[in-house]
Amino acid sequence: MTTSDFAVGGSSSDAIELVPSPAATLRLREVWAYRELLFFLMWRDIRVKYKQTALGVLWAVLQPVGLAAIFSIFLGRYAHVPSAGVPYPVMVLAGILPWQLFAQALSESSNSVVASERLITKVYFPRVIIPAAAAGAAIPDFCIGFIVLLVMLKVFGVGISMQILLAPFFVALALLAAFAVGLWLSALNVQYRDVRHAIGFLVQAWMFMTPIVYPISVIPQRWRHFYALNPMVGVIEGFRRSVIGQEVPVRIILVSVLATVIILAGGLYYFRRMEDTFADVI
Amino acid sequence: MPTSSDIVIECEGIGKRYRIGERERYRTLRDTLTRAAARAMRGRWHVGEAPSIWALEDITFRMRHGEVLGVIGRNGSGKSTLLKILSRITRPTRGRARIRGRVGSLLEVGTGFHSELTGRENIFLNGAILGMRRSDILRRFDDIIDFAEIGEFLDTPVKRYSSGMAMRLAFAVAAHLEPEILLVDEVLAVGDAVFQKKCLGKMGEASQHGRTALFVSHNMLAVQKLCHSAIWLDQGRIRDVGPAGEIAHRYLRTVQSQHIERKWEDGDASAGDGNVRLRSVLARRADRGVDLITVRTPLALDFEYSILKPGLQLALIASVYNEEGVMVFSTDTRLTGNAAGTYRSTCQIPGDLLNAGMYSVSVTFARDEAFALFEVNDAIAFEVEDSTHGRGTWYDRWPGAVRPMLQWNTRAMDEEKESIDTLIYR
Repeated sequence: MTTSDFAVGGSSSDAIELVPSPAATLRLREVWAYRELLFFLMWRDIRVKYKQTALGVLWAVLQPVGLAAIFSIFLGRYAHVPSAGVPYPVMVLAGILPWQLFAQALSESSNSVVASERLITKVYFPRVIIPAAAAGAAIPDFCIGFIVLLVMLKVFGVGISMQILLAPFFVALALLAAFAVGLWLSALNVQYRDVRHAIGFLVQAWMFMTPIVYPISVIPQRWRHFYALNPMVGVIEGFRRSVIGQEVPVRIILVSVLATVIILAGGLYYFRRMEDTFADVI
Repeated sequence: MPTSSDIVIECEGIGKRYRIGERERYRTLRDTLTRAAARAMRGRWHVGEAPSIWALEDITFRMRHGEVLGVIGRNGSGKSTLLKILSRITRPTRGRARIRGRVGSLLEVGTGFHSELTGRENIFLNGAILGMRRSDILRRFDDIIDFAEIGEFLDTPVKRYSSGMAMRLAFAVAAHLEPEILLVDEVLAVGDAVFQKKCLGKMGEASQHGRTALFVSHNMLAVQKLCHSAIWLDQGRIRDVGPAGEIAHRYLRTVQSQHIERKWEDGDASAGDGNVRLRSVLARRADRGVDLITVRTPLALDFEYSILKPGLQLALIASVYNEEGVMVFSTDTRLTGNAAGTYRSTCQIPGDLLNAGMYSVSVTFARDEAFALFEVNDAIAFEVEDSTHGRGTWYDRWPGAVRPMLQWNTRAMDEEKESIDTLIYR
């Protein structure tokens, strides 16, 4: 008997109980046992994304740079939007990069469960892996964009300080926020297919509620903490300031982290409750 | 004497209800909101009982360590639902089950295969999806390639494989899954005969190695050969349980007693006139196999009749109707100038033509190209079973009056590439 071969799904002494309504635990141990699948699904999404594309990784450069150029011309130059003490193109690119990471991770993870219909109706594994892998697949694009940002800082003569070591924290926060919202939307999407149409609108509206093309200073002081309930406010402000070497607004970030944690906890609970019905409804 | 620790699967009163509404695949948020609003306007929050079907009811059984259990039954009898519950894909509506040991389930081969990825990449991806660890896959890697016989195509994208190759690769990964408890849905019904034999061999190996396995199948030979015991499901309930050979026999007898052959007595005026007399009609598998007729199996219709007057210009016309009463096809054979005597004419119907369902055959004898002598409506009825399960829920049926297996070809138009065979899952 080759018992050591097959460790996924708990040890053999554990009996699995199949009952109509299970205890509402998150089963994190089981998710951990399936971590390799998370990795493989993420790896698949990344491989497939870059296969058979003419421009390949160039897309990851063209999109943020193109957007940054357009915003710089129309908003920076003609509309005279303020730019937080650095050249406008630097400000806007440092905002667009984490935003695109978030937007891509959010829309991919929201559609991921519906797109994995075949897997869900044929194989068991903790479903939470699906939106997590889809969100994670947005990382390579961001990394390429980050290199472009470093070049840009050099070109515009913005010095890099030790502050930049804080940036990975905000990248992680952006992914976590996208995953948190993705949990809600991906589970809702199984039940209600018009969620798919709402995602594009949501992402677009959300972008303007986030200090990307404008600095946070345009928001009245007394509203800023309320404004930071949008998790991406903390992410963008924190990321941008750590890259251009300005002081990080700790209270704003704490509010955003708190908001993220609440959305994430609710999302995990909702997703967990819905996932047992996915195979029947999808 | 079996002790309680020998029991690895224990099902108690398992039931599964599907709401009919769930057949609509999905709802839209808009519909739900407008319906809720309409209800609120009428002033009552009436939560009506949605019409539902019990796909499974009161399923109770136990499996001991090392046992290989076959689950048989017609389409829609609940076999796949049972497998989905035990695989944890869906939850029971009632009852409970307890499973001790690591479960590996194969409801389909090639789940998660991606055509853009190479054979090597797909081995790892598919293995991970089936629950194998990277280290297990690495250790079995050479065996998997040998079994799949894909050789130098290992680093070619799967989209350039022939469908047979892709199937072999998918099965090779599945065959190297070695859990303590294996749950298998009719995945053996794929590939060519040689490969099927190899797969059956692999299943047999598993059962010899003391692995516990539950095997859902239409293939009665395989069930008899591989399984110790069998459960016969009928309309969601257990109809019979016992040794595999016995249950398979009983099942076949019941299924095949349904007018698959009909004989007429000499004096029966309904089956003949003074020129010719129909003696019997039989529908059977063309290969004389004992299994059910499936959408894949070639079948044969045997007509026995006596020509009473020599030298007639006769035609024997057979018309096949489906459940909806639609004539699927009509075929005839000319019998010119035969001497008096008894004859048997056989009509071969190829596999991959008829869709799953009930069929009836009407027989007509005509004379001189135009003049119908007599007609026997619904001479016999036979059933064609689905060969693999559909693609989704348990009541899925492949749509269409016929179900041919057609060759598809996709070619990139922008540059000269070799043509690609698309993998067909049925």
